[in-house]
Amino acid sequence: MAETTREQNQECAPARIRRVPGGRVALGAIVPLVLLLVWWLVTDILGLFSSVQLPAPQEVVAAGVELHERGELGQHVAISVQRVLLGFGIGAVLGLAVGSLLGLSRIADTLLQPTIGAFRAVPSLAWVPLLILWMGIYEDSKVTLIAIGAFFPVFTAVYSALRHVDPQLVEAGRAFGLHGVRLLTTVQLPAVVPSVFSGLRLALAQAWLFLVAAELIASSMGLGFVLTDSQNTGRTDRLLLAIILLAVIGKITDALLGLVERRALTTWA
Amino acid sequence: MTTSAPALATPRAERTAETAAPADRRGTTAESARRSLPVDLQAVGRRFGERTVLRDVDVALHPGEVVAVLGASGCGKSTLLRAVGGLDAGHDGQVLIDGAPVKPFDERTAVGFQEPRLLPWRSIRRNVALGMPRGVSRAAGRERVDELLRLVGLAERAELRPREISGGMAQRASLARALARRPGVLLLDEPFGALDALTRLKMQDLLLDVHAQTGTTVLLVTHDVDEALQLADRILLLGADPAEDADDAPEGATVSRLLEVPGERPRDRASAELATLRGELLAGLGVDAHEH
Ligand SMILES: Nc1ncnc2c1ncn2[C@@H]1O[C@H](COP(=O)(O)OP(=O)(O)O)[C@@H](O)[C@H]1O
Ligand SMILES: [Mg+2]
Repeated sequence: MAETTREQNQECAPARIRRVPGGRVALGAIVPLVLLLVWWLVTDILGLFSSVQLPAPQEVVAAGVELHERGELGQHVAISVQRVLLGFGIGAVLGLAVGSLLGLSRIADTLLQPTIGAFRAVPSLAWVPLLILWMGIYEDSKVTLIAIGAFFPVFTAVYSALRHVDPQLVEAGRAFGLHGVRLLTTVQLPAVVPSVFSGLRLALAQAWLFLVAAELIASSMGLGFVLTDSQNTGRTDRLLLAIILLAVIGKITDALLGLVERRALTTWA
Repeated sequence: MTTSAPALATPRAERTAETAAPADRRGTTAESARRSLPVDLQAVGRRFGERTVLRDVDVALHPGEVVAVLGASGCGKSTLLRAVGGLDAGHDGQVLIDGAPVKPFDERTAVGFQEPRLLPWRSIRRNVALGMPRGVSRAAGRERVDELLRLVGLAERAELRPREISGGMAQRASLARALARRPGVLLLDEPFGALDALTRLKMQDLLLDVHAQTGTTVLLVTHDVDEALQLADRILLLGADPAEDADDAPEGATVSRLLEVPGERPRDRASAELATLRGELLAGLGVDAHEH
């Protein structure tokens, strides 16, 4: 459904922009560039802020170069991306599996829905102390927290979409001899592909959110660690660097998932 | 099991089709596997909770016959058709197809729903292929689907998605899908109801062609008296039993009338005989014919 609105938006965009290759990307870059310009004006040119309050853009770049030359930048980025991908992958797979089970089986639904509903009602960050107690402050607890964050959007999307698959299509499938796994793969799963992808994109955003939460609380590496560490040492330039990196990498992963979604939707929707 | 059932049923179907040939008036073209099965409804009824929708429906459909079910909206036409197709196990009485009780989603029948009910993510070809019985070889299946697409005039649109074709084409695709398994009984639930008048007439002609080629028994639900008069050998009017006292008759519709439509198809829509029948049927539906 998100796909059709995007297509319609594209239809509405002036034809001249659509004809220029990358025209949409160029348009989307206008506002960030203006922001960058304003940032540069108020810091470097007008000097309205001290560099602890708001460092100039080039200072942030310099901080990045410095971290990179010390070989730390790549490590922070890599460990954060790894945690997000692992947690997101685990959470999404479990969300798909449990969502399908409850969406398709009345017995499983009756049996498990109240429990899962109660777990969903717990604000996910409330798990942090327990996870640290059980798993320590190492990778396991962080990946688990991220997986919890990614699980619920996928579970909810798959579960409710399966409950609402057009019963007329399902009946038609049955009438033409489909049942069990064949009915599932021929009618029910394809019908929920669009909802599954909106769930996945939400889950990916959640995964980044929980990554930062996990790394802020306890870590010695990763972009969330860079945030707390820079706060403690008063390095606003590194702090901004971490924020910008989170924005850029988050946007890139979302765009990649968006590409997969687009391909899936042309096949299934 | 799914693979062997049609193979077992076919010789039987041919035998029954031969013995009951008179009912199949247009049956001249011999298709490779013509299938037409008799259907016997015995005291079929349906209650939803406390409410009786259908009761005591007794009808025998001859193999190859086209029977139209007419009735007011909500009187239980779809309910009756669902009982025959094995889509609803909750009915009373017995439905026998070729002498054997109907099974859930019975393979000897095929349903054309009121809505096309095509899978939106599949091409028309693959939607039609969905109707193919299991265990048919890939090549044979493809050939059969091509043949069906030609039959309903969709060969050129085969690779399009349902949303890319018109409602009439979607209904034709739905018909082709129903024909794919060579049903002994074809069940059609107001299949042309949502179409414009011209498309509807074309679809009626197409159905007659299909019937001439396949010889299948057809149970056609419709609310259109003229459609019933054009297509059917017999018309089953659902409603009150005329033998019962209207004031204290039990709840639920039953066979109000079962009448034979005279003349060979295609019939002259203006014939006086049909006009009399039309008047009777409209009166049976509670409509004053002179106002129309
Ligand atoms: N699954 C169901 N549960 C309860 N009532 C039903 C169900 N299916 C049909 N009915 C009722 O049975 C009556 C007949 O329905 P139907 O056979 O669809 O009528 P129609 O003659 O218009 O096809 C309607 O009043 C409808 O409300
Ligand atoms: Mg109906």
